[in-house]
Amino acid sequence: MSIFVDENTKVVYQGLTGSQGRFYGLLNREYGTQVVAGTSPKKAGTDVDGIPVFATVADAVSATGATASCIFIPAPGVKAAVMEAAEGGIEFIVVITEGVPAHDEAWFFNELRQKYPNVQLLGPNCPGIISPGKANIGITAGHIAKAGGPVGIVSRSGTLTYQALYELKQKDIGVTTCVGIGGDPVPGTSHIDCLRAFQDDPETLAVMMIGEIGGSAEEEAAEFIRTQMDKPVVAYIAGVTAPPGKKMGHAGAIVSGGKGTADAKMEALRDAGALVGMNPTEAGDLMAQVVAKL
Amino acid sequence: MDLFEYQGKLLFGSYGIPVSPGEAVQNVEDAVAAADRLGYPVVVKAQVLTGGRGKAGGVKLANNSAEAREYATSILGLDIKGHIVGTVWMEKASDIAEEYYASFTLDRSAKAYLGMLSAQGGVEIEQVADENPDAIAKIQVDPVIGLSEEACRDWVKRAALNPAATEGAVDILMKLYKVYVDADADLVEINPLILTPEGKVHALDAKVTLDDNALFRHPDYEQYDAIQHRDERELAAHKKGLQYVGLDGSVGVIANGAGLAMSTIDIINQVGGTPANFLDIGGGANADVMAGALEVIVSDTNVRSIFINIFGGITKGDEVAKGILEALTRVTIEAPIVIRLDGTNADEGREILKPHLSDRLQMQPTMLEAARCAVELAGKASS
Repeated sequence: MSIFVDENTKVVYQGLTGSQGRFYGLLNREYGTQVVAGTSPKKAGTDVDGIPVFATVADAVSATGATASCIFIPAPGVKAAVMEAAEGGIEFIVVITEGVPAHDEAWFFNELRQKYPNVQLLGPNCPGIISPGKANIGITAGHIAKAGGPVGIVSRSGTLTYQALYELKQKDIGVTTCVGIGGDPVPGTSHIDCLRAFQDDPETLAVMMIGEIGGSAEEEAAEFIRTQMDKPVVAYIAGVTAPPGKKMGHAGAIVSGGKGTADAKMEALRDAGALVGMNPTEAGDLMAQVVAKL
Repeated sequence: MDLFEYQGKLLFGSYGIPVSPGEAVQNVEDAVAAADRLGYPVVVKAQVLTGGRGKAGGVKLANNSAEAREYATSILGLDIKGHIVGTVWMEKASDIAEEYYASFTLDRSAKAYLGMLSAQGGVEIEQVADENPDAIAKIQVDPVIGLSEEACRDWVKRAALNPAATEGAVDILMKLYKVYVDADADLVEINPLILTPEGKVHALDAKVTLDDNALFRHPDYEQYDAIQHRDERELAAHKKGLQYVGLDGSVGVIANGAGLAMSTIDIINQVGGTPANFLDIGGGANADVMAGALEVIVSDTNVRSIFINIFGGITKGDEVAKGILEALTRVTIEAPIVIRLDGTNADEGREILKPHLSDRLQMQPTMLEAARCAVELAGKASS
């Protein structure tokens, strides 16, 4: 099994007629994703290489039965696009766009939680989600992933997500689903959301988690691993040797407390029983050892 | 993007938050004239985007024209932690009865706004947070619902300020919240927020960080961007839309994505090398972007080798390859380059590069091998 998306997931691409939307929409379809529609208020009635374009998400949903959307709209339009998707009946919204203002993210995250509690938002500023062999929604190069499991991946960094898929494929290890949650201040889907879904997925037997310095999401994930997971977790945190980032005034430092450094995150994860690699290759090696013992 | 204190105060002032009258000046004569206009005593405050101004001698109280001249002369041009003071803010001095702390920022864990208010302001607030966390009253604000006056009043009550400050504090905090949201700020902070002996509350300092991602709806913020403190290469990179942080090693790094760039730096350190920089060419990199990145890297004379680490998602491998080749015709690159290319259109990219490979331009199949190769080349070049 996979989490969140599979071969039956029908996806509408908001921004399909733009250059990025078209490029990745067609790549995703070629991979096998059910790319059933695009939206563009000005180009309704046309098509993109056979994919019908509708004026609104609601139109696309009623015509095609799409349940997921993938947003390639420029940053200023993302807030409206996310709400259009939710109002149109979409249950899983993937926002690829980078550069979305933090206040917009905070607003639509809370608006969705209150008005559309069943909607799962992924991103913004994320590479998307791939259930290898079934569906690829976003900008991941599908050929770098081996299908079939037993590993689930959740990652905060785009390119490190690809790196993880690649390391596992080199070792002939398959992946159930790989979720790139993005590194923005208010990610729609958190590490914990994915860890919980992987814990509940019978075909996922081990999880690779890739984090970054800053914030406290990895520490919170460590607490979840410690208390609510019995599947093995291999983790890698980028930024071990990075110079200290710009501190966001006093307020930021207070919110994060002693948290946020790579060392603090790695320690929390080790304490929770996770295996921690010092670089992506080492994390891949650790996962190979875990999989060999399954 | 951080604002100078005086810019923050002008922004606060435009929302009706009481701030002391003052003027921002760039030379001694203007400073004295401003001080004379404001009336003494006047505080002369260095405008730098770093903390610890007071300890560095960047804040002085002038009681007359002679002192205003003396202090403006000593502060303008002062080096505070590598920041040269180019502007001083001349401000009418305030009588202080009590000092408080107030701020709004994003609580990433709660995915909501966080307001903090403390009766123990004017000092290192981190110290207060460590030693006496209960002295900071917090309020979580739902971005959809916003801050109601009722909730704000309750929050002020919990902070146990002097009762005389209640009305003034509520008024300022409501306005501060509006600035925080309207201005797309990552942080708005007043430390200290003061109560005067006359019972007035006002902002004696202003710390504002704006969200760079929101520039598109604040075209007037260009004025702030122009004054950000960046070294020469960071400035050059910024102009090209690249995320660059200078380090002091010898292996130049170009990667796509902050995570991969950080990971690249980690791995260079782990195989015994030293990275010269962090450089993220971002998601939409094309030939121009890559050429620009190489131009920034080669301007660093410490660079002995260059490691280009690209894993293609949005960035396509063939565009990266073309960019490298184009840059090689534009820029004289003396340091050898090691490339590791994977992901979208990686095969096409490798084919494009193949005919051009040499000792100066190498390709390695994995990140680890490429890092080892780049570190070894850097070592050879410096010996």
